[in-house]
Amino acid sequence: MSDAVSPLDGASFDGLVKLRDMGPTGMLTVRGTLDDTKFGAALLKATGVELPGKLRILGTADMRIAWMSPDELLVICPYAQAAKMSRALSDALSDQHALVVNVSDTRVALSVEGAATREVLAKLTPVDVAPDAMPAGTIRRTRLAQVPAAFWFDADGNATVIAFRSVAAYVFDLLQSAAHPDSAVAYF
Amino acid sequence: MSFRLPSGGRLIDRDKQITFQFNDKYLKGYQGDTLASALLANDRMLVGRSFKYHRPRGIVASGAEEPNALMNLGKSDRFEPNQRATVTQLYDGLYARSQNHWPSLEFDIGWINNLLSSFLPAGFYYKMFIHPRHAWKYIFEPFIRHSAGLGAAPTKPDPDTYEHFYAHTDVLVAGGGVAGLAAARSAARSGAQVILVEQSSHWGGRAVVDGGEIDGKTASEWVADTIAELEAMENVHLRRDCAVAGVYDHGYVLGYERLGDAAPQATGPRHRLWRIRAKRIVAATGAIERPLSFAGNDLPGVMLAGAVRDYAANYGVIAGKSTLVVTNNDDGYLTALELVRSGQGVAAILDARDASDGALVKEAKAAGIKIQFGRGIAKAKGVNRVHSVAVCKQSGDGTVLSDIPCDAVAMSGGWSPVVHLWSHCGGKLIWDDKGAFFRPDHSRPPTDQDGAAFVVPAGAADGHFMLDALIENAHEAGAKAAGAEPGKAPAAFAPKTGPLAPVWQMPEGARATLKRKTWLDFQNDVKVSDVELAAQEGYQSVEHTKRYTTLGMATDQGKLSNINGLAALSHALGAAIPDVGTTTFRPPYTPVSMGALAGEARGPIFQPIRRTAMHDWHQENGAHWEPVGHWRRPYCFRRKGENVETAVVREVKNTRQSVGLLDASTLGKIIVKGPDAGRFLDMMYTNMMSTLKPGRCRYGLMCSETGFLIDDGVVARLDEDSFLCHTTTGGADRIHAHMEEWLQTEWWDWQVYTANLTEQFAQIAVVGPKARATLEKLGGMDISAEALPFMAWADGNIGGFEARVFRISFSGELSYELAVPAGQGRAFWDALLEAGGEFGIAPYGTEALHIMRAEKGFIMIGDETDGTVIPQDLGLHWAISKKKDDYLGKRAQARSHMASNERWQLVGLETDDGKPLEDGAYAIDKGVNGNGQANVQGRVTSTYHSPTLGRGIAMGLVRHGPDRMGEVLQFTTTAGPPQLARIVSPVFFDPEGEKQNV
Repeated sequence: MSDAVSPLDGASFDGLVKLRDMGPTGMLTVRGTLDDTKFGAALLKATGVELPGKLRILGTADMRIAWMSPDELLVICPYAQAAKMSRALSDALSDQHALVVNVSDTRVALSVEGAATREVLAKLTPVDVAPDAMPAGTIRRTRLAQVPAAFWFDADGNATVIAFRSVAAYVFDLLQSAAHPDSAVAYF
Repeated sequence: MSFRLPSGGRLIDRDKQITFQFNDKYLKGYQGDTLASALLANDRMLVGRSFKYHRPRGIVASGAEEPNALMNLGKSDRFEPNQRATVTQLYDGLYARSQNHWPSLEFDIGWINNLLSSFLPAGFYYKMFIHPRHAWKYIFEPFIRHSAGLGAAPTKPDPDTYEHFYAHTDVLVAGGGVAGLAAARSAARSGAQVILVEQSSHWGGRAVVDGGEIDGKTASEWVADTIAELEAMENVHLRRDCAVAGVYDHGYVLGYERLGDAAPQATGPRHRLWRIRAKRIVAATGAIERPLSFAGNDLPGVMLAGAVRDYAANYGVIAGKSTLVVTNNDDGYLTALELVRSGQGVAAILDARDASDGALVKEAKAAGIKIQFGRGIAKAKGVNRVHSVAVCKQSGDGTVLSDIPCDAVAMSGGWSPVVHLWSHCGGKLIWDDKGAFFRPDHSRPPTDQDGAAFVVPAGAADGHFMLDALIENAHEAGAKAAGAEPGKAPAAFAPKTGPLAPVWQMPEGARATLKRKTWLDFQNDVKVSDVELAAQEGYQSVEHTKRYTTLGMATDQGKLSNINGLAALSHALGAAIPDVGTTTFRPPYTPVSMGALAGEARGPIFQPIRRTAMHDWHQENGAHWEPVGHWRRPYCFRRKGENVETAVVREVKNTRQSVGLLDASTLGKIIVKGPDAGRFLDMMYTNMMSTLKPGRCRYGLMCSETGFLIDDGVVARLDEDSFLCHTTTGGADRIHAHMEEWLQTEWWDWQVYTANLTEQFAQIAVVGPKARATLEKLGGMDISAEALPFMAWADGNIGGFEARVFRISFSGELSYELAVPAGQGRAFWDALLEAGGEFGIAPYGTEALHIMRAEKGFIMIGDETDGTVIPQDLGLHWAISKKKDDYLGKRAQARSHMASNERWQLVGLETDDGKPLEDGAYAIDKGVNGNGQANVQGRVTSTYHSPTLGRGIAMGLVRHGPDRMGEVLQFTTTAGPPQLARIVSPVFFDPEGEKQNV
């Protein structure tokens, strides 16, 4: 097995914000009955993270869980641990109707850092990214210009953007154009 | 002549002189000038020619409503036509040319049209050019295209960048005049999020020129203080140079911010399109002054009274040495007083009313200005510039009483509220008799998703013109928009005014000769006589009259001509103005650049391109790309000396003879899991999928509930309750959505989950007689015929890669499809190329794929299907389960037309001469149809040159086709005689399937 590579190959850009390819990231799609207490218990046992509520993302860099839809979550962990976590979750949920799939190669993850992070995203997404509308710990699945994407903010106001692998270059170029140093809006 | 005063001008900085060019002459202006004010300062009153008659045109307004002063602005790649001089900020090096003139602005050949104007009335083109029919295309249109038209089209790509910005707010206030400021302040004080935008570069609107007192301060002081207060509030965003272009459903608003127009060489976005979601919109858009309809009102030097005083107060620019004011209201007196204050002469004030005792009238009298009541202009006289006016009684027919020399005329026909933003989403208007204008009808507002009014008009836009009432109204509008109590409104003081007298024609009984010289629409050359002619010819609807006469259809969209035109029409029809109604106000309010609408979407990010893990390798190895959805797939890989055709032939032969490699990553891969997964797939596919054994694959067909074939692909059963469904490249997202729709809306109680894994895997087909040898060289899992027979799959390790291997074939060759995580796709591809090197491995593209499947008679979704084809048409009865009670499409396929044996059915087609048939060619039948066209009995769905067989092969749908084997049909060609082709089996190559079963 050769090492997994990111389609962005570690690209970065400095402008209104600092953009960085976060490299291969472990991700699992988990579908199940979220409002069944057995589901949340199995999830907590396998991952150590509580079930996030609607539009929420919980956990830390080593293990996060994002709410994706009323019956879907995204588990985010280091790439190397994804296969093991996938098996652990499948086992934990084996007595329930649930789906666990390793989708670590499906998406790319980009970090967007700096004071203008919300502003750069607001050029590309119709979602309200104002701090009060989208505080740290919320995740939105939306679009960036013409492609689907999701993102969330940390306590410092930096964002992680995830988008499909095939359009990684488009998303990077989009963010780079929106982060042009002379294009500040000074809105947020 | 027009000129600049030695001092004064509140918006200009006399320390900063600017050089610019107009029609290649160097001129000077000041920082803060608009192009229009700078032109007037240089006595450039003549700035263009009208659209139809090429009459001389001068600057008439001072703002966004300007119909005449349109410029070709900039040079080369920064050239832009139809730019209004009145809203173009002056900058050093600005280059402008007037439009619609030839050979020069001063001497224009097209003016001959003017002499012919009596032969060019409304609807002239429609009447004149209808016969003979062909003459329009070859004679009239080319001639008219040359003579008519405004700006030139740019010829080079725009080097600037543009962007969008999404904002969400409680209240959006459109307009930064005193009404907008009062509204924004009262909304913001309640705590609401407020965005306040102003289309010009300056706050305060008209009030700072026209004067008045608010909260005991001058209007200017109050504006400055209020801006300071708003700027200090965290919940308020202020934007200048940002016009609201349109209001749409659900509080969606487009704002158009001009950032770089006055600094063309600066980096950063030139324009920004604001895409705002506002809970409530305050339309504080002010009002537009109306021209007066008198003969010669289109002469350069005849301007709106408000504009004349704007130029004087804002830029220290005086329109004429001796200005005549003509008005039907007290507001016009402000212009005369401003001119007197600037030390300029006022020739006279002609007031169409019999009297007025307003404060301004008294002030004008006291200033010694000559005022003539009950008088109007019979005719403004001059050639390229007004030099005098003939005075008449307003109540008469235009009999001249006297001539007054003057070199500028300031006209005021009253003001019309800018109701556009109220109207964009369906707000209705009501006629205000007293002010003679349409204003928002609050009982019929534009409504939001809850049925509540979501646009709140404020100030002059709501029909309030007196400063005290205007401020109170705007203050309340802001609070209403924020859902708050208004509190105490600022106290404003306005002088007492006399009532306006509506004047729609000057003089009232103007003779026909005068009406033919009385302009309504300056840019499109529509006169009172044209509207009267339309009425006489039977036009009654204002919308029809607009299109027949082109009234209000110019680039200014009738901002000046609308109400005067309606009045002329209603007069001609003998109906009241509100009964005639208005035309529809549609976005954008003022023009928006194409670049702003496109935003960032240009160049490399014009559209997303989806790339597989092997994309870069393809690019570096001669890929000739084919777009498939947003994917780019290699059509073929051209080697040195090859063209597309020879490359395809080589790829097919190489694959059939040794081994080929296909990037199949784009094919859809959907996992379906749950206790009801088998039952669900039995409904999704026409085949029986629930009986498939784990470890095995089955080809399946998918139909919509209307029975038509929508997708196909191989299904692999992963374990007892999970399946992996392959779809076509274009079907991946669509079929996933199709599955989810049925699961969520119809079979919501079935226990099934799906996930789209298309992007997770790089999938590579290793195809050809040497496929197994290639994989065995890499080593790892057992892929022998016994361990992995045809239509089986297995997980394992190949050459150190964790792979899922499917023994499936779309070419008729021994074939494996291998899926690895996408992040290792490129490494695996490289490993396969290396391992297959000794066998002559070479990648192939989509065309070789298509040819090989056609040689085997395999159908292709999108070729053999077009949304009207059912599986039975394609001879795929074997893939339709007879045992199942139901599947999507089953019932539809039982309908009489679907079950008819008259449907065209799939056959192979073989030409006698070996040349391929043409794509989409029809099989000709006997006789002709009702339109005199030959009847048809079939059509070609796929046609190729087969490198394997060395001749053309085709598939097609033919009536009773399978029963007519051996029959020769005639097929159409695009040029030349029909081609003959024989009906044969669609399987041209290896009908027994011996090659794939090894």
